[in-house]
Amino acid sequence: MTPAPPPLEAVPIPAGFDDPTLDSQSVFRAVLEAFSRPGRVAFAALPSPPPGPLVSASAAVALTLFDLSTPVFIAPGIATAPVQEFLTFHTGCPLTEQADEAAFAIIDGADAGDLSRFAIGTPEYPDRSATVVIQVQALSADGSIRLRGPGVEHAHKLGVDGLHADFWLARERLGLLFPLGVDVILCAGSSLACLPRTTRAEV
Amino acid sequence: MSQPSETQGAWDPSYNFAFLDEQTKRMIRRAILKAVAIPGYQAPFASREMPMPYGWGTGGIQVTAGVIGPDDVLKVIDQGSDDTTNAISIRKFFVRTTGVRTTESTGDASIIQTRHRIPESPLREDQILVYQVPIPEPLRFLEPRETETRQMHALEDYGLMHVKLYEDIARHGHIATSYAYPVKVAGRYVMDPSPTPKFDNPKMDRCPALQLFGAGREKRIYAIPPYTEVKSLDFDDYPFELPTWDAACALCGDTHSFLDEVILDDAGGRMFVCSDTDHCRERRANGHVGPAAAAAPFETMSAAP
Repeated sequence: MTPAPPPLEAVPIPAGFDDPTLDSQSVFRAVLEAFSRPGRVAFAALPSPPPGPLVSASAAVALTLFDLSTPVFIAPGIATAPVQEFLTFHTGCPLTEQADEAAFAIIDGADAGDLSRFAIGTPEYPDRSATVVIQVQALSADGSIRLRGPGVEHAHKLGVDGLHADFWLARERLGLLFPLGVDVILCAGSSLACLPRTTRAEV
Repeated sequence: MSQPSETQGAWDPSYNFAFLDEQTKRMIRRAILKAVAIPGYQAPFASREMPMPYGWGTGGIQVTAGVIGPDDVLKVIDQGSDDTTNAISIRKFFVRTTGVRTTESTGDASIIQTRHRIPESPLREDQILVYQVPIPEPLRFLEPRETETRQMHALEDYGLMHVKLYEDIARHGHIATSYAYPVKVAGRYVMDPSPTPKFDNPKMDRCPALQLFGAGREKRIYAIPPYTEVKSLDFDDYPFELPTWDAACALCGDTHSFLDEVILDDAGGRMFVCSDTDHCRERRANGHVGPAAAAAPFETMSAAP
């Protein structure tokens, strides 16, 4: 009689969407709306909390858009074992440590002062560029930042807490390379706002 | 007065919601987001075979399938009409694969899939217009090689398109392009608005609704975000002009809508009616009467001057 194997360490992976088909559709529409109207705050969340420091909105975006064809870069401060396990289990996405190889990245706002490490596409294929999910402390629809550009009729106001001071300058520098660039999804808790590369910000 | 929406359809659960598998939808959704982020740029996507031939709107259908949800109300038009084979087939396809409500009323719809027209009534922020696109590349008939047209877009090298418009003027005395009239989106990419009449071009400019374009055979998705500048290409001395005509819609009397010519008999009898059937019906419901509306039967009508 062989000895019983030692009990496996039970670390349950938090649940994803209740209904992957319909829930991811509704999250996508929130993201699409936020992409189409930069700075408008939309809501996206999972039914149960994801493993920290991943916030609900970025987890919902991940489960909606990531899959085995999208290499994902997770910043070291966020890439805990439970987060990596959660994302690879639910989406099957390959993880990469090379930021410039990633189709998606998840980073912290305090770490967002340098956007030049991400793929910005090529002149022929500017869509081959990263979408960067930046986790921040708070988003508000009535802040001091004024956004203009496609998707904005006059100006959209946005307030963001927890972004590196150099973020807006880094974005402005990338803006000179349009149509190359990266697109940003700001996530705080269960709210999100998007900054496609075309959006001009007055801080 | 808008026509009430049809009743909720029945989703046939043997299909995944919106027909496509989830990985395909994610791929389409990622392409749509990049297309919105780079207005007018043709983002490649892995277009799937659909249960209908290329040319029937497979690109628009895949885009609609990527965005549609159970709460949407879908309207499908073909050349402005809700009643043509293509529009009815696509509407039935989505009723069967999603169970969404459908409507013929522009105002009631949250997603409008269109082939070759933009509705006459202004669109709102809470609506998405999905275009079926046969050939997404505006430079294709000037330069057949994709490698070259891609580089022309990369270099913003659109001189060839202006030469084409110039040749129109040299031959015809005016810019004779009347549909698929090229536009520049947000000051950067020259874009084919799909074979909509150029009459519709101004409706794309700073439109409050999101506009998405899907080309299934050519495997491209592109977009115009809301409130984005869409400028029809022209010259200082030959500015973009809208077509004008003397006729009014025979049924509703509108003099500002895009009209179809309908042949009535083999003796030259004809009438002009709104191409946008919902617009025409709504006007008639509001009491507008065209010259032929009371004069049935149509065979007694004389030819328009």
